[in-house]
Amino acid sequence: MDRDDLFSLYRQMLLIRRFEEKSAEMYALAKIAGFLHLYIGEEAIAVGTIAALRADDYAISAYRDHGHCLAKGSDPNRVMAELFGKATGLCKGKGGSMHLVDAQRNFMGGYAIVGGHLPLATGLAFAMQYQQRDQVVVCFFGEGAVPSGQAHEAFNLAALWKLPVIFVCENNRYGMGTPVHRAVALYSNLTDKARAHGIEAAQMDGMDVLAVRDMMQKVVDQVRRGQGPYFVEAITYRFLGHSMADPAHGHYRTKQEVEEERKRDPLVVLKQVILDHKLGTETEFKRLEREVMEVVMASVKFADESPFPAPAELYEDVSVAES
Amino acid sequence: MMLSYREALNQAMREEMRRDERIFLIGEEVGYYQGAFKVSKGFVEEFGARRVLDTPITEAGFTGLAIGAAMAGLHPIVELMTFNFGILALDQIVNNAAKLRYMSGGQLSTPLVIRGPGSAAHQLGAQHSQSLEAWFCHVPGLKVIAPATPHDAKGLLKSAIRDHNPVIFIEAQLLYATKGEVQEGEYTVPIGQAEVKRQGKDVTVVAYSKMLLLAMDAAAQLAQEGIEAEVVDPRTLKPLDLETIVASVKKTGKLVIVEEGWRFAGLGAQIAESVYSRALDYLDAPIVRVTGEDVPMPYTRPLEDAAIPDKDRIMAAVKNLVAGS
Repeated sequence: MDRDDLFSLYRQMLLIRRFEEKSAEMYALAKIAGFLHLYIGEEAIAVGTIAALRADDYAISAYRDHGHCLAKGSDPNRVMAELFGKATGLCKGKGGSMHLVDAQRNFMGGYAIVGGHLPLATGLAFAMQYQQRDQVVVCFFGEGAVPSGQAHEAFNLAALWKLPVIFVCENNRYGMGTPVHRAVALYSNLTDKARAHGIEAAQMDGMDVLAVRDMMQKVVDQVRRGQGPYFVEAITYRFLGHSMADPAHGHYRTKQEVEEERKRDPLVVLKQVILDHKLGTETEFKRLEREVMEVVMASVKFADESPFPAPAELYEDVSVAES
Repeated sequence: MMLSYREALNQAMREEMRRDERIFLIGEEVGYYQGAFKVSKGFVEEFGARRVLDTPITEAGFTGLAIGAAMAGLHPIVELMTFNFGILALDQIVNNAAKLRYMSGGQLSTPLVIRGPGSAAHQLGAQHSQSLEAWFCHVPGLKVIAPATPHDAKGLLKSAIRDHNPVIFIEAQLLYATKGEVQEGEYTVPIGQAEVKRQGKDVTVVAYSKMLLLAMDAAAQLAQEGIEAEVVDPRTLKPLDLETIVASVKKTGKLVIVEEGWRFAGLGAQIAESVYSRALDYLDAPIVRVTGEDVPMPYTRPLEDAAIPDKDRIMAAVKNLVAGS
């Protein structure tokens, strides 16, 4: 085990955690509006998966997308500014929390129609195959998307044409307030859904960033070699409500359940590994904590001090201007 | 040269695919079957199965795939067997293709053409006979084209393929076999330009796609009765060339708008609103609309005929308008 490597993973997860907590705070202060879906509890999946990618590989996500965007290397300042609706945001304030895009880093967006971005992922992968490029596409989505028709159409085309796409199902057990067993027939192993289309599939512990990265390295290698798509089900848990408008627990799940799941916190899990192997000390974790908080506070300052888009920006970017 | 509308489309795609390797054709039966309406005849033989892709019957899936490919720099042509099936792909078209440029603050683009026949043919029933152009025109970020002649079909399809935006290109089953003079050699017809298809001084008739042919027939017959109708084909429905329509209305003072689609919230309502706001003082009488009836398309021939505008209804509308003012 490499100390710097473990701390790097920890730092990325911590950045997402603190960024999300700060976003929640900014939402409460009405600096951020609209729908805000936080990734708290699920950080190991984005960080572990993207750690297995090359910088020029593609990632695409649903609406709980801050974590994937940050893990892909986007500037926290520009992500926070986007949440604030500012001109300096990744998308000039036109996308918002659910539609982060960082094309420079091949982060192809957050999408807010459940199941709707899976066909796009197959299309990105098709473009790689068509142009004989060796990049792969990782598509993140929740288990709520699994029964959707568009997901199955995408699975079928990906398998049929052996496209270099990796479907990463973040199974946090609830589609908003509906538990997976009330939404999906044969819910106990969602990989079966992909296997039904001839897609190789596996489950992984989505709370253990090392397990995620290990699995994804094998999967990415295989997919990059042209062996067709892969489906991974990451078992995870969302510690907070579906969005900021929803409670963390209540009618659909108990406080005890949430507390029980919090024991599997991916930050706690990795920290324990580092401490157990005597690769770091509490002092170092505290220093890292301060460092990450500085980055997050700087992003808030940047977002707060940035201007809103000019009124004329309303009509820009509807279409590509023809030259 | 004389070409059928089908051959004109075939030529347009063939020429563009020869020119640009990024272009591929994807849809149901476009390859080995040669196209459900034979528009892509000979394509799989010339370009191979890599660039001419037969798909399963999953419109959302393959339209979404094409949009994703466009995001990564390719330039797909999606053939919908008919636009009725495009309803299954509406989420992809409306929520992704049309919005990605804007939502990403100008970072992404989705250059693709989604084409196929719209409107009724003969007795295909309610689910295969719809004119849905108004739906697409309503959505910011989409361009919508509905050419009526082989010449315009070829020139506009080439422009659509070269455009950097998502373009909805609506053909018609009953137009595929129609023939017309097509310019020799390389040419394009610009998106967003209407054309005056027949000069006249008494009344302006705006009609597009299949309805243009009816309007031209009606105008020819009206001329024998002493009424000179000016027929304007918008060709592109969005962006609409309002200038050309308004210029004609300023000349004639009267406007009849013909569309096959449903009347309520139809495209003609939008054209009328635009003309009223730009040329009210030039109008001698209220604008008249000739439209499809607000019913699902019936199967039986007499009722189907009653649901769709025909030459007689266009002539009657024009005569009433001219007589009344």
